[in-house]
Amino acid sequence: MKIKTTLYDKIWDHHVVSRQSDGTCLLYIDRHLVHEVTSPQAFEGLRMSGRKVRAPHKTIAVPDHNVPTTIDRTKGIDNEESRIQVEALDKNAKDFGINYYPVDDVRQGIVHIVGPEQGWTLPGMTVVCGDSHTATHGAFGALAHGIGTSEVEHVLATQTLIQKKSKNMKVEITGVLGAGVTAKDVTLSVIGRTGTAGGTGHVIEYCGDVIKNLSIEGRMTVCNMAIEGGARAGLIAPDDKTFEYVKGRPHAPVGKNWKLAIDHWNTLKTDEGAVFDQIVHINGSDIEPVVTWGTSPEDVLPITARIPQPEDFDGGKVDAVRRSLEYMGLKPGDNLQDVAIDTVFIGSCTNGRIEDLRQVVDIMKGHSVKDGIRAMIVPGSGLVKKQAEEEGLAQKLIEAGFEWRMAGCSMCLAMNPDQLSPGERCAATSNRNFEGRQGRGGRTHLMSPAMAAAAAITGRLTDVRQF
Amino acid sequence: MNKFKTLTGVAAPLPLINIDTDMLIPKQFLKTIKRTGLGVHLFSEMRYDEIGEEVKDFVLNKSSYRDAEILVAGDNFGCGSSREHAPWALLDFGIKIIISSSFADIFYNNCFKNGILPIIVDNDTRDDLLKDAENGSNARLTVNLEDQEITRPDGSKVPFEIDEYKKHCLIEGLDDIAVTLDNREKIDIFESNTFQKFPWL
Ligand code: SF4
Repeated sequence: MKIKTTLYDKIWDHHVVSRQSDGTCLLYIDRHLVHEVTSPQAFEGLRMSGRKVRAPHKTIAVPDHNVPTTIDRTKGIDNEESRIQVEALDKNAKDFGINYYPVDDVRQGIVHIVGPEQGWTLPGMTVVCGDSHTATHGAFGALAHGIGTSEVEHVLATQTLIQKKSKNMKVEITGVLGAGVTAKDVTLSVIGRTGTAGGTGHVIEYCGDVIKNLSIEGRMTVCNMAIEGGARAGLIAPDDKTFEYVKGRPHAPVGKNWKLAIDHWNTLKTDEGAVFDQIVHINGSDIEPVVTWGTSPEDVLPITARIPQPEDFDGGKVDAVRRSLEYMGLKPGDNLQDVAIDTVFIGSCTNGRIEDLRQVVDIMKGHSVKDGIRAMIVPGSGLVKKQAEEEGLAQKLIEAGFEWRMAGCSMCLAMNPDQLSPGERCAATSNRNFEGRQGRGGRTHLMSPAMAAAAAITGRLTDVRQF
Repeated sequence: MNKFKTLTGVAAPLPLINIDTDMLIPKQFLKTIKRTGLGVHLFSEMRYDEIGEEVKDFVLNKSSYRDAEILVAGDNFGCGSSREHAPWALLDFGIKIIISSSFADIFYNNCFKNGILPIIVDNDTRDDLLKDAENGSNARLTVNLEDQEITRPDGSKVPFEIDEYKKHCLIEGLDDIAVTLDNREKIDIFESNTFQKFPWL
């Protein structure tokens, strides 16, 4: 009888170059994405040892973390260190002959948005990047995960990684989602359920009707935050929707190769009866629009809830909750919906795609950003920005009171000038609410683009179902 | 990379859970293009106040822990981003061993690439070692990687598990890339086979 295998098992097996007796494998890497923050030391290492990039045509670089998002950014980067880092990437891309989208290219953007947009990410591939949110690409049925800089250097030099296989975890979300509930609420709710360490040592396969019915953009949002659930990667089996999305993109296969590819991609699914090490089941209709209240992505509650008491938790979490409520300036027992915000940030590799912007426009219909609220939209790529302008979304958003920015990571991690000041409270569509993430002392509430739009209208955390 | 055998050093207690990479090294220090010099910024936002003065009661600012080479920390250490600046900052500060009940995957891997030994112990052992570490400059632990053993200040020993290959690399101070490049032929063969099967790659 044939052994039943999971999607993860299959992709893994297709990429094993060699295997040691203890299970450590040399794994072949099909795509290597590179950005300016985690790569300079790796290229420096290559230079010092006189090594080359083994497969420059499989390596793609784009600056995103440090780039300014203001319209005048062609004038250059003020911050000297940021400028040096971006210039180092310019030079490394040129010296080593890798594919490159510089700051002034319309295709520039957040690496995890650019990869799929350009058709570099394809089903069944192994994809790595010196960035934990590489998990995003799992939405295509690609095994995609973040690596450190030493591993970046290893992949550059050898096109392989030394890896041990993770465990299999299945997260099945059945049923249908209620009104106002989006992919972001799904992924946050999963983390709320499993905790930030729940997926440690595992690769998660998301499945079930809710996942099937999501758009590719929505699936990317779900897989993007697999890392916040502790998992090494998130995966979703490719289907016709995936193929439709990929078709015709600049680096997607064409002609005879397209047909061969589809035949292979259709085999990329978990066999009926394959065994998982861990299974989580969630009923989609139980998921509500959610926000985070604390400083860990697992601190998730429905928007209708109250801020919890530290004593409601156990173990080390009691102190952690006390600390995070103090940091967040919140009182246990208060209604989440009474929490006033200062800023709205819409963007990031979690929610900086065209569909996210459409959601915002939808909610904003007939409304505008409340006076005194700073509201910022940072499209995930130059092409998302262009499309939004062509669809007329940008105009509507500007009229509603949003700032309309150039593409980049921006206030998701505040390495460029887009930062929160101490105590400033932000409704953010990004993926991390860690202390200081969006600026020292800044207070982050994670939520969906639709919920962020609702917060922009009222100036406080708000249930989107009101609109 | 330096070879790793045994180490006796002061252990500092950090009982927080979910210590993330933003706490270990905030993003404003990721703009460097070097691997060194990050030690002064380790735990920056907990270690220094708004005007850059040291926060007195932060553990690594206390005189007895300034030379700590071992950290004992709460669950899920190193969660968050893939930034290798986190282990670089720890190493530059002088930390060579981290003991916790669990680590985030990417951080755990990154440690080995830099000659740092992350040790996973069960919750009770972690709590015992946290207590040991609370004894100031007397909080000395000895870690023997060869025998996979931690010796506590009272002389008792605690065993720990570690992946054979990772242990081997640390003990020998191996350069991964050189080892892999010795297998170049296997990669060549794999590449040409795959290209025949999946010509679009
Ligand atoms: S948008 Fe945020 S999470 Fe995504 S790659 Fe940029 S900094 Fe990282």
